[in-house]
Amino acid sequence: MFGFSLRPRKASASTAKERLQILLAHERSGSGGARPDCLPQLQRDILEVIRRHMQVGDEAIDIRMERGDELSSLEINIEFPATPGVN
Amino acid sequence: MSKDLKLEEPLGRVIVVTSGKGGVGKTTTSAAVGAELARRGHKTVVIDFDVGLRNLDMIMGCERRVVFDFINVIQGDAKLKQALIRDRRLENLAVLPTSQTRDKDALTKDGVEKVLDELRKEFDYIICDSPAGIERGAQMAMHFADEAIVVTNPEVSSVRDSDRVLGLLNSITERASKSGAEPVKAQVLITRHDKSRIDSGEMMTVEDVLEVLAVPLLGIIPESPAVLRASNLGVPVVLDEPSAAGTAYEDAVGRLIGEQIEMRIAADRRPGLLQRLFGRTV
Repeated sequence: MFGFSLRPRKASASTAKERLQILLAHERSGSGGARPDCLPQLQRDILEVIRRHMQVGDEAIDIRMERGDELSSLEINIEFPATPGVN
Repeated sequence: MSKDLKLEEPLGRVIVVTSGKGGVGKTTTSAAVGAELARRGHKTVVIDFDVGLRNLDMIMGCERRVVFDFINVIQGDAKLKQALIRDRRLENLAVLPTSQTRDKDALTKDGVEKVLDELRKEFDYIICDSPAGIERGAQMAMHFADEAIVVTNPEVSSVRDSDRVLGLLNSITERASKSGAEPVKAQVLITRHDKSRIDSGEMMTVEDVLEVLAVPLLGIIPESPAVLRASNLGVPVVLDEPSAAGTAYEDAVGRLIGEQIEMRIAADRRPGLLQRLFGRTV
């Protein structure tokens, strides 16, 4: 069989291949997930919607992404000032 | 009174890792030096200047977490804080990835300066990972440098390109153009040093290289399987299992921050025949 070897494949090389496959799947087409270039626009849109309801600054939004092989997650944190003294 | 205290705050040092020639170990060096500085308690950020060919993120193992990049920050599409990726292993370490989709023209001198000025306030060390070549990306990476690590292999084309880069550091950088400024402090880091090939006369010695380049030596990194392993895993070589290359980078960083460390050429311990036969590691 092609690629058959007596020696077990070194662990670090298979890690390298996996990492590349996940990354390149995202980079090649942008299919199955958000293209990186859309994120600045996404951020502006989110801020715009939030601002209809409360006052937040430009730095109040924090977007984190974690790309996976099955699915990726987008974590969006928005900080806004606590309303002082409700009473 | 509190105003006086603020004035004394030292600003971070900008260190460019450059070489002219490609494939000599700039990104490996940037990652290792950045990680070692952070491990020693210095707040450190590593910036990828290779616009269009992002790779520092892979070597640092944070490629899946890139959201915004250096170019987004320069163009005002994201705040610096949003583009910085904080390392999960070392709290003092951060990465500023570059764009994979733009080209080098997106790097403007004013933009780079603004980002570096902002980083200088938060970080003790700002490591600029230069692209190969001497075009725009490489020039932007070195322009605002206080110090330079010139990565060189003991091989003719690499040494020649290093010499060219040293010339540029002394002519086109901010420090070179400002009268009265100290020149960029440049040091050579010899990588892929192979003792057996030097002993057999196939490879130039460290002394040969230094004689040609006439700049101080920062360190000697031996050819080591640990470098490929670390890159496969996305771990800076100083954070992976102990290795000759890792130790050599630790020494180089010690010298970079002013420690007196004797120059030594570390070698990976080769397992003896019996160890190989029985698979023992002791």
